[in-house]
Amino acid sequence: MRIPCPYCGPRDSSEFAYHGDAAPRRPAVGNAAAMADYVYLRANPAGPMEELWYHAQGCRSWLVVTRDTRDHAISNARLAATRSPA
Amino acid sequence: MTSHRLASGGLIDRATPIGFSFDGRPLTGHAGDTLASALVANGIRLVGRSFKYHRPRGIVSAGPEEPNALVEKGRGPRREPNTRATTIELHPGLDAASQNRWPSLAFDIQAIAQFAAPILGAGFYYKTFMWPAALWERLYEPAIRRAAGLGRLSGAADPDAYEKAHAFCDLLVIGAGPAGLAAALTAGRAGARVILVDQDFRLGGRLLCERVEVDAMPGPVWAGEVEAELKSLSNVRILTRTSAFGLYDGEVGAVERLTDHLPVTPAGEARQRLWTLVPKRILLAAGAIERPIVFGGNDRPGVMLASAMRTYVERYAALPGRQVALFTTTDDGWQTAASFARAGSPLAAIIDARREVPEAVRALAGDVPVFLGARVLDAIGGQSLRAIDIVGDHGRRRLAVDGLAVSGGFNPDLALTTHLGHKPVWSDERAAFIPGDLPANVAVAGAAAGRFTLAAALADGARLGAEAAREAGHTPAETPAFRAGDEPCAVAPLFHVEGGRGKAFVDLQNDVTDSDVALAAREGFVSVEHLKRYTTLGMATDQGRTSSVNGLAILAALTGRTIPETGTTRARPPHVPVAIGALAGLHRGRDFKPTRLTPAHGWAKEQGAIFVESGPWLRAQWFPKAGETDWLQSVTREVEAVRAGVGICDVSTLGKIALSGPDVGTFLDRVYANTFSTLPVGKVRYGLMLREDGFVMDDGTTARLGPDEWVMSTTTANAGKVMQHLAFCHQVLWPELDVQMVSVTEQWAQFAVAGPRSRDLLEALFGPEADVSDAALPYLGCTTLALGPTRARLFRISFSGERAYEIAVPAGYGDALARALMAAGRDLGVTPYGTEALAVMRIEKGHVAGAELNGQTVARDLGLGRMLSKKKDYVGRLMAERAALNEASRPTLVGLKPTVAGVRLRSGAHVLPLGVPPTAEHDQGYVTSTAYSPTLGSWIALALVANGPARHGEEVRIHDPVRSGDVVATIVSPVFVDPEGARLHG
Repeated sequence: MRIPCPYCGPRDSSEFAYHGDAAPRRPAVGNAAAMADYVYLRANPAGPMEELWYHAQGCRSWLVVTRDTRDHAISNARLAATRSPA
Repeated sequence: MTSHRLASGGLIDRATPIGFSFDGRPLTGHAGDTLASALVANGIRLVGRSFKYHRPRGIVSAGPEEPNALVEKGRGPRREPNTRATTIELHPGLDAASQNRWPSLAFDIQAIAQFAAPILGAGFYYKTFMWPAALWERLYEPAIRRAAGLGRLSGAADPDAYEKAHAFCDLLVIGAGPAGLAAALTAGRAGARVILVDQDFRLGGRLLCERVEVDAMPGPVWAGEVEAELKSLSNVRILTRTSAFGLYDGEVGAVERLTDHLPVTPAGEARQRLWTLVPKRILLAAGAIERPIVFGGNDRPGVMLASAMRTYVERYAALPGRQVALFTTTDDGWQTAASFARAGSPLAAIIDARREVPEAVRALAGDVPVFLGARVLDAIGGQSLRAIDIVGDHGRRRLAVDGLAVSGGFNPDLALTTHLGHKPVWSDERAAFIPGDLPANVAVAGAAAGRFTLAAALADGARLGAEAAREAGHTPAETPAFRAGDEPCAVAPLFHVEGGRGKAFVDLQNDVTDSDVALAAREGFVSVEHLKRYTTLGMATDQGRTSSVNGLAILAALTGRTIPETGTTRARPPHVPVAIGALAGLHRGRDFKPTRLTPAHGWAKEQGAIFVESGPWLRAQWFPKAGETDWLQSVTREVEAVRAGVGICDVSTLGKIALSGPDVGTFLDRVYANTFSTLPVGKVRYGLMLREDGFVMDDGTTARLGPDEWVMSTTTANAGKVMQHLAFCHQVLWPELDVQMVSVTEQWAQFAVAGPRSRDLLEALFGPEADVSDAALPYLGCTTLALGPTRARLFRISFSGERAYEIAVPAGYGDALARALMAAGRDLGVTPYGTEALAVMRIEKGHVAGAELNGQTVARDLGLGRMLSKKKDYVGRLMAERAALNEASRPTLVGLKPTVAGVRLRSGAHVLPLGVPPTAEHDQGYVTSTAYSPTLGSWIALALVANGPARHGEEVRIHDPVRSGDVVATIVSPVFVDPEGARLHG
């Protein structure tokens, strides 16, 4: 599998570390229930899914990668730092 | 001249004879032969015994689909089992042996299994060896394993080297037959980057095996011209002896056999190369595999696919038999008759299941007896075919033959197109599965697409090659039209002849017969997936290339369904067997991963250090001195030297992360559980980092070198993980913070200088101009000082509990620093110490390390609960506040001291109250770290024990059933030495 890193171009997936679902956003201070959901609750969709990947052996960017969980087709990859705030 | 070699013709090099041996018998072949063709040329029929019934077997095919002719190749550690004789390139000294026979191939004791065949049907083992269950492992399985199976592994480590490579292209062409060559040439001429792979050692595919012409040239000549032109194009790479074995996400796996055709792998060269090919488009031009017909005794040596017979005659000039009949249901089969006629050995008879055969096809046979509308019921013979029984309008008749060519149609070689989950579809018109839904960048050409004529293959290749070139931005010249004939290729499918007396094999490699399929259908295994698993049909290493379609056609007939209704199974990678060594490549043994050495490694080696793996690093574990007989003696001396004087320890492996920017303080407040934004310049602070779920991730110190310049240290083991975590926190959680960070672990060499005389050593090292007094550098202070040609960072921190410092210099000066410290400390008796002494001293001080930071402990468990700030949000705060993580009954850090001096404690032992049975319900915790403390003259331990801090003074049982240990110890404070911390300062 190859991931199109916005800095480095298409690179072998072995250069990246997988984190998981990119959808949960860290809640504001003090909301324990929301924090528990953020830490533990994950969707498991069959289809396109936004995921966090870390280009550990490249530019060390955290990426939001859109991957179809059914066939691993990657339709998008962008820098996590450029996401709009939660 | 060998017995069955034709006097002329073929693509072998008659000037280069090659000696080889089969089952110890010396034989001769020629360059250009395969092992199979050389055996055919030597008149050898019997090449192996079958998997289950030990039936005598001969060569069936001339390619990688071979189910029978599996041999052990090579000797000693290079012995490779289950290698196909049909794909082994003949080379001098080739030493091959047949398999699954004892004492010899001709006389095999276990062949008696075939007479027990009536009870050895599908599911036999499942049904028979059910009771008593206890006998399964001890008796049944070992006995069955001895009887079944094929070749033997060498049992020795693989002595060869393997390597890996990546390559990229616009078009990957798999298969260098007419379609593949036409595609590669068209795309290559247009300038596209092309990779052409073929499993054979010569390009051409069927062009090498048929008497055909392209552009008025004989097939092999045309293939040679195309190969020469492809080689002249710098944008085309040709990989021969290379099998594409799997389609993966965006990549194709292929294995190139670099030296398997040489007598020995030259020193320093790899035997095989594993390719990861990254193509924009893939063109599968892998051709088709002829389908046998299932009839009685169809496994007798001498029964061979018709196209394979033709290959032996045309390409290898070897005659598979002198009295050969043809049993066909295809036009193509008749080409074999023409080949034998040209070779001067006309066929004995042609049996065509069809009643009508076009005149043009009949003309291929010449003057040979022809039986139309007839079938072969039985092949008769033992170790070699002697006769066939045929049945037709003329009634039954026995023909004496020594060979039978069989042609039941062609199965396109589509396995690679199914690796990503796509399924082929059945075509009644072509009597074959052809590509259905395909992966987006895959196209199929020629026979692999079910277009079986030469003209169609060439046209497909040219068209799809041009398409791929255009897609890659090139403009192909006008699509070349390759001139070739449209030979007849009609098929009237026939899969199975019923009514024979002999066993009729569907899957030759796994010994699955038509009656096994019928039994499965009777017992309700009517799904193809169930049929496959119950009978093992198609599950052998040939992946059912010659068997699966026949099996499902028979199942379809038995269940009254059509073939599309019955369905087909999907192939999985690898398409051909791939050596584990090739997948591992260079990553084996000590090269499995790189070993990292600290800058002062050479110095430590000179000091006689014993090294230990620590994360990815090698670290000095202890430094034995002359006369010391065991590690404990050396470690005890090192500890005593540090506590009494001064020692130095290489701590370069600790993770180091440089942080800069105005928001570092804020950032650190969010990633550490304690506060850092208040840390003044020139100070160091111990920090505790949690995971978001509230458990401790790592600990370490962070120093503030300047207003916006910070350096963090991590544990050796977690250096990479912490760097990734900090990058996550910055980029994903708080990108608005103005912080830059980079790992500088390798950029700095760092030494701990510890002991009551450590400041004296620093004074000697830095000289009189430098001020290292306690006023200038108090406990938890940091500074930078000139040291020789560079500047050193000096941190006053302590892991040992003694007055101590850490000095960091740019990595290039690490070795010099070690030597300078030793020189400066000579009069002080400076002692180098290793990770063992470091561990002893931290256990004496109750400092936590990897064994306690095990991912299951929260700060409170480690006695660090007070570090959790209540004034700010930070990663892990809310989850760490969960009630269950704050219960006193959680295993919490304590010290342990045995009640009898000198008794050893061991890590991993469990803590139990006295006077209860040692069961899981009484378990109260476990020992995490142990050491012999020279300071206390006793073994001591750190442990996590329920209600620990409230139980100081209580005696508990330390139970270690694995190592037969059962000791009574007293729970004490985890700080064994200097609980007031006075030694830190003085």
